[in-house]
Amino acid sequence: MSNPRNLKYTEEHEWLLVEGDVVTIGVTWHAQDQLGDVVFVDLPEVDADFAAGDVIGEVESVKAVSEIYTPVSGAVVEVNEELDGAEDLVNQDPYGDGWMVKIKLDHPGELEALMSAEAYEAFCEGGE
Amino acid sequence: MAPALRRTPFFDCHVAAGARLIDFGGWEMPVQYTGIQQEHRAVRAGVGLFDVSHMGEVFVRGPGAQAAINHMTSNDLARVGVGASQYSAILNPRGGIVDDVFVYRLGDQEYLICVNASNRDKDFAWLSEHNPSPDAEFVDEGADWAQLALQGPQGVAVTQALTGAPVSDLPRGGIVRADFGGVQDCLLARTGYTGEDGFEVFIPQAQAAPVWDQVMDAGGAHGIVPVGLGARDTLRLEVKNVLYGNDISDDTTPYEARLGWITKLDKGDFIGREALVAQRTAGVPRFLTALVVDKRIGRPHNRILSGETPIGEITSGTRSPSLGTNIALGYVARGHGRPGTPLQVDVRGKLASATVVKPPFYTRAT
Repeated sequence: MSNPRNLKYTEEHEWLLVEGDVVTIGVTWHAQDQLGDVVFVDLPEVDADFAAGDVIGEVESVKAVSEIYTPVSGAVVEVNEELDGAEDLVNQDPYGDGWMVKIKLDHPGELEALMSAEAYEAFCEGGE
Repeated sequence: MAPALRRTPFFDCHVAAGARLIDFGGWEMPVQYTGIQQEHRAVRAGVGLFDVSHMGEVFVRGPGAQAAINHMTSNDLARVGVGASQYSAILNPRGGIVDDVFVYRLGDQEYLICVNASNRDKDFAWLSEHNPSPDAEFVDEGADWAQLALQGPQGVAVTQALTGAPVSDLPRGGIVRADFGGVQDCLLARTGYTGEDGFEVFIPQAQAAPVWDQVMDAGGAHGIVPVGLGARDTLRLEVKNVLYGNDISDDTTPYEARLGWITKLDKGDFIGREALVAQRTAGVPRFLTALVVDKRIGRPHNRILSGETPIGEITSGTRSPSLGTNIALGYVARGHGRPGTPLQVDVRGKLASATVVKPPFYTRAT
């Protein structure tokens, strides 16, 4: 699957959709492929405040647990409650219905550190 | 530099089938092909093919074979006739479990002990060192045998399609020497680790590789799929089969592990017997207990609490593909193990409610 061109990416295999000063965060196709069947997603509370690089939750598969990070500072404005009971959305539609968290940006400048789809694909090919 | 991972004769088959390969105790093995939950369901619904060649085979021969094995294991081999088998445990003098094994009787004086992959060298060294009989010869034939398992409601039918022997008539636990997939002198055992009917087939290593495709072809009409170690674990946990290294170890006794049913104190003396008698007299301090955990999945070493008091630890846990719930095993201090008892599990710093249940988690009727 090719990674959507309109998204930004991180080295932790997460994607960001930037809409004004709100970003939506999820994990990439590569991440869900590595994890296998996702069975539990631990999301933060709405209004929780985070700094760039903080762990904000966990995504758990049958065999492994991975942390979810935020690459940007800000407060959580929404979490994807649909995932509770439908965790397989992360596997089936990682860039769409498998989204996890929306954060309101404190410092839009932090977006500059993120990768484009092309840069992320090169990063993946280089081996993490 | 680390030594290269060991490969079974079916390695190329796994690659061709698109398996995700992992290091499993020094072996390069498939953890999944299409996905753990999908493979798990395919076994419960039809039939799955497992490469279990990493398991070990110790043959024991001679007039003293039965007595020697009985001296070093918990169960009573005298009850096993030719062509039958039993689940058993090799014990240390503290009553702890060196390994859980299956012992097959191939002849009057010939036995096969199938040992866990992680314990191949350890078990053979232990058995050789503690063999009390000059009339019992222990031979490590692990390098000579490959092993496949066919498990599921269609497992027997697929096995039957691959052999001339009437294996459909074999009772559960039975074993015969027969042809399989065109190879002579295989051992076909109606045993398994998944809770399903089916066979585990021992195939002479040098001739084993082409058998995989034979099995996939014969099984096609029955919906056969290859199944990796990930689903092997979810399948076994659903029926509360223990996993060495997780649920049992050198430091757990059969009574603690609820394996008293394979422990026959009245068969005569055996290594560990004295320690087990002492433990029974003093009272067994903890028991391997089945739990269903809310929301979160209990993982090995997660603490189990009653109120605020730690009373044990999880040893195995997963999401059950058949049930959709989070199931776990763990050692719980005596007195807290009654089905229905509410407990908590500390999963990486967050508390999850849990309830003790009567095992197994899954039975075919459900």
